[in-house]
Amino acid sequence: MKFCVCIKQVPDVQSTVQTGRMVLNAYDASAVEEALVINSDSTDEIDLILVGPASATETIRKALAMGANNAFHLVVEESSQLDSFAVAHLLAGFLKGRTYDVILTGKQAQDSDAGLVGGMLAELLKLPFATNAVGMTALAGGLQVKRQGDTGQEILILPIPCLVTCSNDMNNPRIPSLKGIMGAKRTTIATETGTPGNNRTQVSRVFPPAARVPGIKLSGEPGELVAQLLSKLQSEAGVL
Amino acid sequence: MSSILVVLSVQDGRIKRSSLEGLSRAVFVSKKLQWDVSVAIFHGDAPSFVEEAGQYGAKTAYCVSNPIFNSHLNTPWITGLSKVIELAKPRLVVVASTESTKDILGAVAIRSQAAVLSDVATFDVATFDVAGDIVVCERPIMAAKMMAATQSKEPLVIVSLRSGSYEAVKTTETSAEINIVAVPFDFDSGTLTATLKEIVRSTGETVDLSEAKIVVAAGRGVKDAAGKALIDELASITGAAVGASRAVVESGLFPATAQIGQTGKVVSPELYFAVGISGAIQHVAGMSNSRVIVAINKDADAPIFDVATYGLVGDCFKILPILNAELKKILS
Repeated sequence: MKFCVCIKQVPDVQSTVQTGRMVLNAYDASAVEEALVINSDSTDEIDLILVGPASATETIRKALAMGANNAFHLVVEESSQLDSFAVAHLLAGFLKGRTYDVILTGKQAQDSDAGLVGGMLAELLKLPFATNAVGMTALAGGLQVKRQGDTGQEILILPIPCLVTCSNDMNNPRIPSLKGIMGAKRTTIATETGTPGNNRTQVSRVFPPAARVPGIKLSGEPGELVAQLLSKLQSEAGVL
Repeated sequence: MSSILVVLSVQDGRIKRSSLEGLSRAVFVSKKLQWDVSVAIFHGDAPSFVEEAGQYGAKTAYCVSNPIFNSHLNTPWITGLSKVIELAKPRLVVVASTESTKDILGAVAIRSQAAVLSDVATFDVATFDVAGDIVVCERPIMAAKMMAATQSKEPLVIVSLRSGSYEAVKTTETSAEINIVAVPFDFDSGTLTATLKEIVRSTGETVDLSEAKIVVAAGRGVKDAAGKALIDELASITGAAVGASRAVVESGLFPATAQIGQTGKVVSPELYFAVGISGAIQHVAGMSNSRVIVAINKDADAPIFDVATYGLVGDCFKILPILNAELKKILS
């Protein structure tokens, strides 16, 4: 199957201190991993597409080092604040006229946490799709996708071509090997200038969430701890 | 007159509380603007939910009755919701943020030419310039480490609202007759682009996690089946839903539907027990809106204590048996 994985560079939200370090979106890393696993017995190549500033090349190399074959970079201005709608349109413009069996994306980006691009892109390309996938199996002419739904896991059969957005619960993305890293350095990344259209939403302000009222830490023997807790839950918090 | 359309999610034969929270907020916002509030119900027997919608202040109910909506499949949902939007012509559409609505919003936005503000913690409609409206919201970003005030001036805006953001309040007004609009919906199964093969429900789930008043959540410190039994016992004594961190879902000790966090469910109960959970930010992002958080952890430096109302430093295998026994006395 011919895969194209849409990836994004995001700030490292895992670290407790904001270092400004930029990384491959963790959900996209799972999408790359899944394409590699499904494609392991095939000679088909895996393509990557990233919309982002010139400095995002580093993230493309990381995904190439995992084992993807070719990469395209739609370069936008460092200062551009694209919402999901603008990103989906840029990706759709790029993907229209190219033939892939399966387009994969992460289920959301770790920075904006909006989770909209996958569904928007599928609708723009008129493709059947599934979101929040936790498992995927190739079938003749289709894909079986397991998605995490509200009441359980929903098992779907999608025809190809199709689009799937991936959860990080799908797999554990591989750490690139030295050989992979060296190979990725030699791969030519095809760059094009992306001309974004309109945003439909605007971020007006970013601020830290209201801090929780500091709690109290109780210590002592288990029996004392339970007695203190129950008294506080009943008299102070009024929840029992 | 402009209007707000609230999509009511039905699960296990009930309107989800998070949808009623969204409806109550929509009624509140519409009052100051003198807008109408309507609801859309997608179900095999949609009219059976109309009365309850009226109790929460809906004036019009769009009923899309088709058994295909009794289980989630994105294609008919996208078609159905786009059709109701076309009929109702709302200014604002409100849905509860669930895995089912997350599945369709991107596609609906394109089809209905709407802006989407997803997974918001608050929303409102404000005026700008002289005559214009602007939909404003606050939404968590960066794994809930930061909040973003986000807005849209588009003529049609969809917001998806996190559960627990507002109270679900029945209206006190003597309700006028609710206007029912039956929306014909013949879904040609030939146009189904995805086929739902089956839904694998996790067994033993008795209380819906995202709606529960009390949640008992387990992490790595709840090592094994014996630990899980203590968690289940605490949940059964308190009438709580059982949640879990990613670690114990991956180890197979708890089902995937129990996972709480950035990946998984977002919960905001009155009381949250975090047992043996270290408090990684991905987990905290899914529970930090809980009113009272009780953390039990051996490691006094675990980050969960930073968000806990009451932190108990100790071994959950020693604390839980005593806690369960004492709670049984109090609550029986």
